[in-house]
Order: sequence, then C-alpha cells, then structure tokens
Amino acid sequence: MILKYSIQRLLMIIPVSLAISVVIFLIVHLLPGDPIDNLIRVGSSPEDRIALTAKYGLDRPLITQYFLWIGQIMTGDFGQAIVLRRPVADLIAQNLPYSLQLGGLAFLFSSIVGIILGVIAWASRNTWGEQLVKGFILLGSTVPGFWLALLMILLFAVNLGWFPVSGARDWTALVLPVLTIGFGGIALVARVTRVALLDVGKQDFITLLHAKGLSRTAILFKHLIPHALLPVVTILALRIGWILGGAVTVEFVFGRPGLGSLLIRALGQRDYPVVQGSLLMLALAVMIGTLIGDIAQAAMDPRIREATK
Amino acid sequence: MSMLRVQGLGVSIATISPLSGVSFELERGEIIGIVGESGSGKSLTAMSVMGLLPLIGGQVDHGTIEFDGIELTSISETEYRRLRGGRIGLITQNPMTSLDPLKKIGPQVDDVSRLHLDHDKSQAKARTIELLGDLRIPEPASIYHLYPHQMSGGMKQRIVIAMALAADPDLLIADEPTTALDVTVQAQIIRLLGDLVKQRNLSLVLITHDMSVVAQTCDKVMVMYAGTAIERGRVQDIFNSPRHPYTKALIGCIPHGLSKTVRLKGIEGTVPGVAQYPSGCRFHPRCGLAEDICKQTVPVFETTGNRAAACHFALGTAQ
Repeated sequence: MILKYSIQRLLMIIPVSLAISVVIFLIVHLLPGDPIDNLIRVGSSPEDRIALTAKYGLDRPLITQYFLWIGQIMTGDFGQAIVLRRPVADLIAQNLPYSLQLGGLAFLFSSIVGIILGVIAWASRNTWGEQLVKGFILLGSTVPGFWLALLMILLFAVNLGWFPVSGARDWTALVLPVLTIGFGGIALVARVTRVALLDVGKQDFITLLHAKGLSRTAILFKHLIPHALLPVVTILALRIGWILGGAVTVEFVFGRPGLGSLLIRALGQRDYPVVQGSLLMLALAVMIGTLIGDIAQAAMDPRIREATK
Repeated sequence: MSMLRVQGLGVSIATISPLSGVSFELERGEIIGIVGESGSGKSLTAMSVMGLLPLIGGQVDHGTIEFDGIELTSISETEYRRLRGGRIGLITQNPMTSLDPLKKIGPQVDDVSRLHLDHDKSQAKARTIELLGDLRIPEPASIYHLYPHQMSGGMKQRIVIAMALAADPDLLIADEPTTALDVTVQAQIIRLLGDLVKQRNLSLVLITHDMSVVAQTCDKVMVMYAGTAIERGRVQDIFNSPRHPYTKALIGCIPHGLSKTVRLKGIEGTVPGVAQYPSGCRFHPRCGLAEDICKQTVPVFETTGNRAAACHFALGTAQ
C-alpha cells in the first residue's frame, strides 16, 4: 500500500518538474541583461554581437529556445555553459557533493540536537530549563547565518586557530559551516518539537495512558514523541531542499564550492543554461524532500495511510 | 471496609480552590452517581481519586481519599501507578480522543495486563481478545488489529472500557462515559457498565449530568454544585424526597412523555466560575427559596440517617 503510494507520488514528479521548468526558464530569460555581455570583447562591432547571439541560439523565439532546452534535458543533456564554457552537468556534478556533504551533516546535526532540545524544553516546562531553551530558540531563529559565520570565523578560526578560515580541503573545514547552518535548524526543530509535545500532551489519550498506570518515561517515548515527530518530519522534509540551495550565504562566507555558490555566480553572468540546470536540480531536491517527508508520515500515521488508499 | 471513602476532599490549582467539601462512601458492588452541571467539580473529583491532578497542575489540599484501606493522598507516585489501571480503572468522556491514534487498539489494551498482571505478549493478546468478546464486540480477533479511526464511537468506548477492565480492577471511575455518544449507544454502554458491576462485583463511580441515568443504574447519588457537594444519599430517597432545592430542580429537568405543549424545564442561570463563587450558599443566586442567611452563611452538611444535604432550608426538615 505504501509502495503503491510512493510510486504514485514519484510519478507525479514528472509533470510537476515540467511545470517548474517553464517557470524557471521564463524567470531566467526575463531578467534584464544576457550572457553575451560577459562574453563579448570590449570594442566589438554590433555585427560581432549578433553573430555571437546567433551562435548560442539566443536570437530564436523564446518558445523555440524552451523546447530545445527541455528536449535536451529529456535526453539527460543539461547543455553547455555559455560563459564558463563547460558542460552544465559537469559543473553540477562538481559542486553537488560539497552541498550534499554540508547539507547532509547540517541536516542530521540540527534534527538530532533540535529534537533532543525540544524534548528537554518540554520536560522542563515551567522551570528555568524551559526558559533557557526558549531563549536559544529565539536566538537561533533570528541570528542571520552569514553574521554567525563571521563570528565563528573570528573566534574559532582567527583567534583560536582550531579550524580553517575558509575552503573545503578536509573535514575540519566542514565544522564551522555545519555549526552555522545547524544553529538555525536546531532552533527551528526544537521549536516545532516543543510546541507539538505541548499540544499532544493535552490530549485525552495521554490522560488515559496515565490512568493505565504507565510511567511518564514510557508515555514520553512510546506515545508523545511519535506524535510530536509528525510535524517535525514535515518541516524537516521542507528543509532538505532549502539546505542544499539556501546555504548560499554561508557557503559564500566560508568560501566553499557548492550548488548555491554555482547558482549565484551563474546568475551574475546570466549564464542561462547553468542557472536553469542548477535551479532544476534544486527544485528536484525540494520535491524529493517533500516526497520523503510524505512517505515517512504515511509510515508513521495510519490515518494518513488510510487517506492515501 | 468501604471500597472508597472520600472525606472533606478539597483541591487547589495554583492559587484557586475549584473543589472543596466533597465526601462520599462506596461499598463493593455499589454504583454511586455523581451529578451536576458542567463546571461543578465532577471530573476534578475523579482526577483526585485517580491521582492525576498533577497533570493539570493541581493537588489535593484537604481531606482524605481511602481506597480499600489505602490512604491515597499519602502514597508515592510509584505505588499510585500500581493502583492506576491495576486496581482502579478510568473510563473517559470522549472515546474519539481517548485512544492513541497511531497504535492498533489491541496492543493498547494489552499494555494494561502486561503492566499489572505481568502477562507476556501472547497471554496479554489472548486476554484482550477474550475481554473484547465479553464486552459484546463482534469478531474480537480481527478488531484487535484495527486502528482507532477505523471504529465507531460506541466501539471505541468499549475498547476504553476493556482497557479499564484488563487488570481486573476493584473500582471503576467512569467520567461521563456516554456524553459523546449517540443516544442509542448511550443506553447500551450504561447497561453494559451496570452488567459489569454485577458480574465482576465491582464498585463504580459514575459521573454524569443525566439524572435519568442515575435513576436507572445507581445505588447512591451525590449532587454537586459549583465545586462542592450539596446533597447525597440513596437514589430512592433522593428521587422521592430531594432536600436541596438544586437537587429538586435537577430532578424537575428530567423530561417526561412526548407532549409538545409542555416546555422542557431548565434551571435559570449558569454555574458560576471558580473566580465568581458567591458568598454563603453558592446556589443562592439561582435559588427560589434563598433568603438573607443564604447570602451570608455557608450551609453545613447536615446528616440525617444515611442522607445529607447542605441547605439552610433543607426541604422536608422545615416542614
């Protein structure tokens, strides 16, 4: 049943991707400026410019360009970068592992620590422990990543010299970026976990579990946490896509390669195929993240399984 | 020795005292009805006996609760846990929200016998299925594997009853067990509870706001108003000659017959909130017999024989 549901949802990705590809294509092409500005030599004649535009097919009608591009994608070809002069697939393949590493670690770190903090905040409700976690949550959700990144570099890299200031040479270079991205994630996960626990804790069936004579610990781990994880899974799933592409500012501050950095550079140069290719990858990541989240929820909640029959 | 003896029970939540002066006694095999409007303190009484007040931030600050010779207000949480579900079962008001929606219903019942009777998984399952059969649930072996959302309200309430019975308790507390159910199912559940008390020689505290349910099923009754008990006694006595004007009014509210010309009776006004409890007798603003003394002096519980009422003008005594 869950398998059938997963396959259905997986197939849904195809039409959704097509719709997204139209939006991506239009936004990218409607931006003012074009990649030729970055290619053309100073002092070239208008004829040179026309020739160059024609060389990359940018003189054709938008709709033709779109179908040429999407046709290529269908065969697995992301095209050639105009300014960077390399296959887009290569550029993505080169940058994606860095994003996956950073994103994956930050994701794991923030999920685990966030859930634990949320449970601690709930368990210590009405004491100073809760206030402490709430303070941390407020800080984590409001402090911008790039600023925190700079502070971390100042303290741990410049003053203490524990970790490198920038780059992606080895695992030590991952510690500060993971902490930076994780900080905001922890706050988010802890907040959702705490609120969900408070909410579930008020339900009648929790009272009845106490009335059955179960210990507080058993109720917490067997009943409260599984319920509280439902909304947590939803926001975590949404975060999978964000963490891959949205870490741009942090990647930038730490001088790390990655999908976000690639995208920003390509945008600046109006390198259409690169922008389109990486945006499509990120959209795919968001869709897969949502899909994983939905399947996880269906696995956890029989009511959702029922609704998907 | 009584199964349950509550004396002078008072409850505080933070700085307020929503419950005070509640006393009643229950023998083995007896059913006591606790009646009153919403907000009269019925559920708080149940939570006090179950020792679950800390869940809502409350505590017992007056009186004693003696269960089968055990003083419940002074035992440890660990000892209390053995009694809860083990010797005292709770049936809650809304079966729709009383079961964990993520777990199959069978294992939710199993928990109780595994916890209190040291049953292993298969013993517990066998017991649960047998119990479901006893509660007139059709095809218990397949029902065992259903999730709560796949069952009707009446069925769910039977599952809740099964959980309360799974460890063979001596005392059941049913907090408005039929309020959330269809009228036809209400009657079935009330009859089922009555039968269970007889078959298993249980004691039952039946909390309800339905006087007719009390008349049909209970041996004793305690009437509550605005966080305190105002009258108690045997059911026949109370119904034949209520002594507190509020009890009399409640009985007057039971609809009779099918006449379309007679308006259904009610009691004017509403139960005051904890913060607005009036001085003197808490019922005086709604009472037709109230005089100055009722506004100033709290009436004491006067016991005559095996019945008691807290009213300055207790009916039947003045006359």
